[in-house]
Amino acid sequence: MRPKLVLAALSALALATASAGCGGSDSGDDDKTITVAYQKFGAFIQLDNQLQDVKKEYEAAHAGYTVELVPIEAAENDYYTKLSLMNRSPKTAPDVMYEDTFLINTDIQAGFLAPIDEYLNGWADWAQFTDAAKAAGKAQDGKTYGVPMGTDTRALWYDKTVFKKAGIAEPWEPRSWDDILATARTIKQKVPGVTPLNVYSGKGAGEGSTMQGFEMLLYGTKHTLYDDAQKKWIVQSPGFNDSLQFIKTIFDEKLAPDPQDALDPNWGTKVNTELVPAGKLGINLDGSWVSSTWLDSGSKPWPQWSQNLGYAAMPTQNGEAPGKTSMSGGWLLSVGANSKDKKASFDFIATMLNKENTLKYDIGAGQIAERKDVAADPRYLESNPSLEFFTDLVEVTHFRPAYPDYPNVSNAIQVAMEAVMTGQASVDQAAKTFAEQVTSAVGGPDKVTSAS
Amino acid sequence: MTSATAPRAARIGAFVPALALLAVFFAGPLIWAAYSAFTDVALTGSAEVNFIGVDNFTTMWHDAQFWNSLWLTLVFVVGSAVIGQNTLGLLIALLLRGRNAGTRGVVSGLVIAAWTVPEVVAGFCWYSYLHRDGTLNGILGWAGLDQNWLYTTPMLAVILANVWRGTAFSMLVYQAALNDVPPELHEAAAVDGASAWQRLRSVTLPLIRRSIVSNLMLITLQTLAAFGLIYVMTKGGPGTKSSTTPIYMYQESFQFYKLGYGTAMALVLLVIGAIFSLIYVRLIKVDNL
Repeated sequence: MRPKLVLAALSALALATASAGCGGSDSGDDDKTITVAYQKFGAFIQLDNQLQDVKKEYEAAHAGYTVELVPIEAAENDYYTKLSLMNRSPKTAPDVMYEDTFLINTDIQAGFLAPIDEYLNGWADWAQFTDAAKAAGKAQDGKTYGVPMGTDTRALWYDKTVFKKAGIAEPWEPRSWDDILATARTIKQKVPGVTPLNVYSGKGAGEGSTMQGFEMLLYGTKHTLYDDAQKKWIVQSPGFNDSLQFIKTIFDEKLAPDPQDALDPNWGTKVNTELVPAGKLGINLDGSWVSSTWLDSGSKPWPQWSQNLGYAAMPTQNGEAPGKTSMSGGWLLSVGANSKDKKASFDFIATMLNKENTLKYDIGAGQIAERKDVAADPRYLESNPSLEFFTDLVEVTHFRPAYPDYPNVSNAIQVAMEAVMTGQASVDQAAKTFAEQVTSAVGGPDKVTSAS
Repeated sequence: MTSATAPRAARIGAFVPALALLAVFFAGPLIWAAYSAFTDVALTGSAEVNFIGVDNFTTMWHDAQFWNSLWLTLVFVVGSAVIGQNTLGLLIALLLRGRNAGTRGVVSGLVIAAWTVPEVVAGFCWYSYLHRDGTLNGILGWAGLDQNWLYTTPMLAVILANVWRGTAFSMLVYQAALNDVPPELHEAAAVDGASAWQRLRSVTLPLIRRSIVSNLMLITLQTLAAFGLIYVMTKGGPGTKSSTTPIYMYQESFQFYKLGYGTAMALVLLVIGAIFSLIYVRLIKVDNL
C-alpha cells in the first residue's frame, strides 16, 4: 500500500509540474521584455545584423527593458506560416513583428495586430514619411497598423558580359515582351552554358513568383487582379492567360532555368549568390534590393557588380503606354495585439526606424527610402549606382491588391504557374483551375468577375 | 477508514494523473480536430470561427486535387508498405531462417540501421542519392542514363526510400513469428513430399497469419500518415506529382491558411485507415483476433 501511495503522489506531482509547464509564466514573457519576430533566410541577413545593434541601442536608452530577438529562419511562405502560428497563442505572440505589406490586412483581420495611431501622433518623425508610405500600414478601418521600413521596385537586370558575347547592343531597352523573348533566344543560341532568362515561377519561390514573376507580366497587360470599382477579384482575363503563356513559352523553349532548379525553395538565393556573380545568367527579372547581396555587408560581396550588370525597365506587353511597368511592395514593423506594453513596443519600432537607422537599413538592404529626410541624404543617394534607376520606376509602379484574400489568390497564381512550367496543364486548364480555386477561396461567384 | 477502501482509492487515484494527461494531450487535440473539421477556422485572415456544417467535405468531394492526392496516397501505401516493406520483410526473414549467427547479425544489422535513421535524415540521404548531381547519377552517368529521379519519377523515388527505411519493422515482426513455427511441421510436410513453396503456402503462412495482419495494419497506418520523408525529398512536387494527402493537407492548412479544410481531410484519412484495417481482418479471416 505504501508504494502505491508514493506512486500516486509522484504522478500527481508530475502532472502538476507538467501543467505548470503549459500554463505557467514564461521567463521571456514578462512585461519588461519585448520580443521581436522577423525573417532571416539565405542571403537576407541585413535585418538580423541591424536588429542586433538596435537591441543594444534600445536597451541602453530604456533601463530595465530587455529586447528578445526571435529570428525565424525560414523561406518566405514558411515565415508567414510560423509567424501566424506564433500569433495564434497569446503566450507566443511577439510584441513587434516584421510584416509584409501584402499580408498586413490579413493579419489585421485575424486580430493579430494593434493599431498604433495614438503613438504615431506623438512621434515627430512620422511627418517625414511619404503619403504612400503612410497608406501602406493603413487598414480598411482607417487605423494605422505598421511603420514602413522602405519600399522596392522590380525590373530586368542583365549581364553585360553575356550580352557582349551574344552581340546584343547596349544599353538594352526592350519595348515589348517579344523583345525580351527575342533577346533570350539570341543568348540561348550564341552563349551556351548560360541561362538566358530567369523569371521566378512556381510554389518554391513563394510570393516572389507571384510578384517578381507573374504580376510583372500581368500588370503590363490591360488587366489586373482586382476590379476596384466593383470590389471583385478578376479571375478570368486575356491578360492572365497571356502572362501564363509567357511563362510556358520560356520554360518550353528552355530560355528559363530547368523547372527542377526553379522550383527549389533556395532558388532565389542561388540566383543572386551564385549564378549572377558567376556570369551564368543573361537576364534576371528581380527586385531593386538584390544588389544589397553584393555589398560588403551582404552575404556575397561582389564589388564588380556595378560594372558587370545593367538594368532595364520591364516593358508592357506590346509597348502600351506608359511603355514600362513595375511592382512595389515593402515591409513594415507592427505591434502585436497581445503585447503587454504596446508603448514600449512602439518605442522599439521608433528607434529602429529613426532617421539614422532607416538610412543604414535602406542602404544595407537595398530599399527605396520612404522617409523624405533619408531620401534627400547624400549618403543614401551615393550609396548605390542603381538607386536612381529603381527610384524612378516608382512613377510607373503598381501595388498589390493587399486585401485579406490576397494571400490565397497569390498561392493560386503560384499553383497555376507551376502547372504550366512543368507541363502538367495547358494554359487554359491552369487558368480554369485558378478561377475555380480563387472563387472558392474568396467566398463564392459574387465576389469575382472576369475582364475582356 | 476501512482497510478495503484505502487501497482501492489509492489505486484509482494512481490512474487519475494518467487519465488527465491522456485527456489533455490525446483526447483534447482529437476533439478539437473533429470540431474544426466542421468550421472555417483559418490560420490568419479571420478572427472569428464559424460553424459551417459539412461544407469542408462537400468542397473536398469536388476538389480534383484532393482525389489526386488520395490516389497517390493509395499508390504510396500499397507500393511501399503492403508490397514493398511487407513482402521484402517477410522474404528477408524467411531467407535468414536457419542461417548462421554471423549472416543473421550482419543482414539484420544493416536493415535495422536504415530503420533507426531519423525520417528527415533518411529523406536527405535519399535526396542526395537521387538528386541530379547525386551519387546514383554519378554511377549511371557512365551509361548515359543519368536524370533527376526526384523530378522524373517522384513517386517511385519516395516509395523506394520508404521501403528502404521501413522494411526492418516487418522483418523483425516476421522473424519473431517464424520462430514460433514448430520445425516438426516442416519436417512432416517435407516427408510427405511437399515442395518448399507448398510448405510456405500451406504450413508457414497460415501459422503466422495473425502476425501478417497486425504487421499490415501497423505499417499501413504508419505509411498513410507519412509526411517528413516525402516533404524532404520532393515537397509533393514537381507540381502535384507526389502530393499525397498528408502533404496536400499541410499545404492547405499551413500554406493556404485553411486549417478547417486541412483537419477535415485528416478525418477522412482516419476513416480510410479504419477501412484498410477492416479489409485486412476480413481478407485473412482471422478468428478471435
